[in-house]
Amino acid sequence: MSSLSDRRVRFDTASLLAAGVILCVVVALATTAFLPDRYVFNTPSLAIQFGFLAILGVRYSLGFAHNMAGDIALGIVSVTSAWLLIAVAHSYPGDATTGFWALVVALWLSFWLFVERLAAWSLPNPTLARLVNLAIPVLFGATFLILWELGVTGAGVPRVLLPAPSEIWIRLTTSVPTLWADFQQTFLKAVLIGYAIGCGSAFVVAILVDRVPFLRRGLLPIGNLVSALPIIGVAPIMVMWFGFDWPSKAAVVIIMTFFPMLVNTVSGLAETDAMQRDLMRTYASNYWQTLFKLRLPMAMPFIFNALKINSTLALIGAIVAEFFGTPIVGMGFRISTEVGRMNVDMVWAEIAVAALAGSLFYGFVALLERAVTFWHPSMRAKM
Amino acid sequence: MINTALASPRSTNPFAGLMSGTTGPVIVVVCAILAIWYISAVILNTPFQKEMYERANRGDVPVSQLVTDTLAQERPVLPAPHQVAQEIWKTTVEKKVTSKRSLVYHTGITLSSTLLGFLIGTTLGILLAVGIVHSRVLDKSMMPWVISSQTIPILAIAPMIIVVLNAVGISGLLPKAMISTYLSFFPVTVGMVKGLRSPEVIHMDLMHTYSATRWQTFWKLRLPYAVPYLFTSMKIGMAASLVGAIVGELPTGAVAGLGARLLAGSYYGQTVQIWSALLMAAFLAGALVALIGVMEKVVLKKMGMAQ
Repeated sequence: MSSLSDRRVRFDTASLLAAGVILCVVVALATTAFLPDRYVFNTPSLAIQFGFLAILGVRYSLGFAHNMAGDIALGIVSVTSAWLLIAVAHSYPGDATTGFWALVVALWLSFWLFVERLAAWSLPNPTLARLVNLAIPVLFGATFLILWELGVTGAGVPRVLLPAPSEIWIRLTTSVPTLWADFQQTFLKAVLIGYAIGCGSAFVVAILVDRVPFLRRGLLPIGNLVSALPIIGVAPIMVMWFGFDWPSKAAVVIIMTFFPMLVNTVSGLAETDAMQRDLMRTYASNYWQTLFKLRLPMAMPFIFNALKINSTLALIGAIVAEFFGTPIVGMGFRISTEVGRMNVDMVWAEIAVAALAGSLFYGFVALLERAVTFWHPSMRAKM
Repeated sequence: MINTALASPRSTNPFAGLMSGTTGPVIVVVCAILAIWYISAVILNTPFQKEMYERANRGDVPVSQLVTDTLAQERPVLPAPHQVAQEIWKTTVEKKVTSKRSLVYHTGITLSSTLLGFLIGTTLGILLAVGIVHSRVLDKSMMPWVISSQTIPILAIAPMIIVVLNAVGISGLLPKAMISTYLSFFPVTVGMVKGLRSPEVIHMDLMHTYSATRWQTFWKLRLPYAVPYLFTSMKIGMAASLVGAIVGELPTGAVAGLGARLLAGSYYGQTVQIWSALLMAAFLAGALVALIGVMEKVVLKKMGMAQ
């Protein structure tokens, strides 16, 4: 397979990227970086740093540095250049011209090149290989943040439109008490309680439904339909019924998480095949023994699938329900009021907290899944 | 599962045929839901109705009178199904389509941003999937972010996106459609990556023995294999897209659209209006998903892949 594709003419992405880096650095050194007339040479450290980058680029396109040491050097130089460039950009906000943007593109290409090289590494040590596999998406995210920071400060985008990541970070660290209160109200009360009740009751109902085949045939198509509906719309009704505080949000979360869990659990319980059930019958096991020893373990991948879907649905439900009325605390409340007051950095800080909470919640459920369904083929393949 | 296997195949009950399929049970369950709805409407609306009687100094009201009154309140806690049906009939058939009170008008606005967002999202999702399948770097660096992008409660950003884009001068359809895009690209990307990778090794080898280029392999083998996956994920994407459009309408200050109807209804306590908008959204979701289902059947039949 590889010999066939190798013989065909294919452009080498790495050398192409390296050529791009060189070109951009040359352009940057030749043109003004900041208005009115500031060249890259006026900041010697920056010029030297990007000089290094260009030299490394030349080595790449000539094919010298195609080894790990060269790759690591490239990574270190790229990171330090990014650091310097951000520092310089902050001293001339909004005055960036061609030279600066050429440097930004050079930086982006060099990060891309680094990731490209990193993905091509073949490490014998599995722990190291896993670390590198983890580092690649992290680098991608970091590149995104760096480009965001450079773009916003360089072009002088007003803070009302899009704040730089550094500003969001400052806001995040200075308003911890507010964020913690919102987090408590929305996540610890509404989301967790709603999630537990919704998933738990759906699980119990699923087992009841499973005992009555008539109900299973009748409820499953309806459950499938309801899973596709915009259930979030019940939020105003729940706010009307249960008041402004967290119980109404928990109610929305319960309704949103109920149907995915019901449908998945019921179809998971139907997952066993005739041979396995016959085996249980030859063991003379009763309904409950079959349920706990065979059918529930077989249903676990489905149940965890629902739990993972629900972990994100629950957070969305609670936040959107707060748009319809809430006491003066909560993530959804903070987002909608701070947007109105044009405090966009506070909104982003809140979103960062929500994203972190959502990811951690999801990650926790995924870890639990790995521990419970370690026997499943999809888990074995990943290990 | 166990019980169906043991069920006796011959039965003298004439309804057995109907009840053994899915139609019978579904009808029964729907009737049960309607019955529960009516009963809870009576129960939930009773306290307010009793208060009304007390104010009017009417001590002895027969139960039948109480029940009919609870089902005909103007702003009930839970409107009865027939009230919602009447409201939907009144606002769809009896109002002009261009009128701002017409539910068809609001549904059309939501539908247009849903479809626009869905189209952009599906295109983006397919392109991303093609990139991820063909590039190792994209696979390693993008895929984790595609997945974690959905753990971010993106609907929380919805008001922001709309306000920010409004400030830049972009308003109307596109900001709402962008939220729909964000929600609908994910299922399509994940499904298409799975689909494009679904050809078996033996088929890929066959393409190699034909000396097929990457482009030919993609066009003649990978893409046809991915079509069933595409339709499945498009159904999920469409439902997500509608949710995005509805939530996107909330922060615009309740101007137009089903989301705006929900918000206006909750401001003024018009429960019947909320429920009718909610049911309309449900119909819309069902119709859109069914439409994709029909398209799936037609396309798969033409491709000779239908079972």
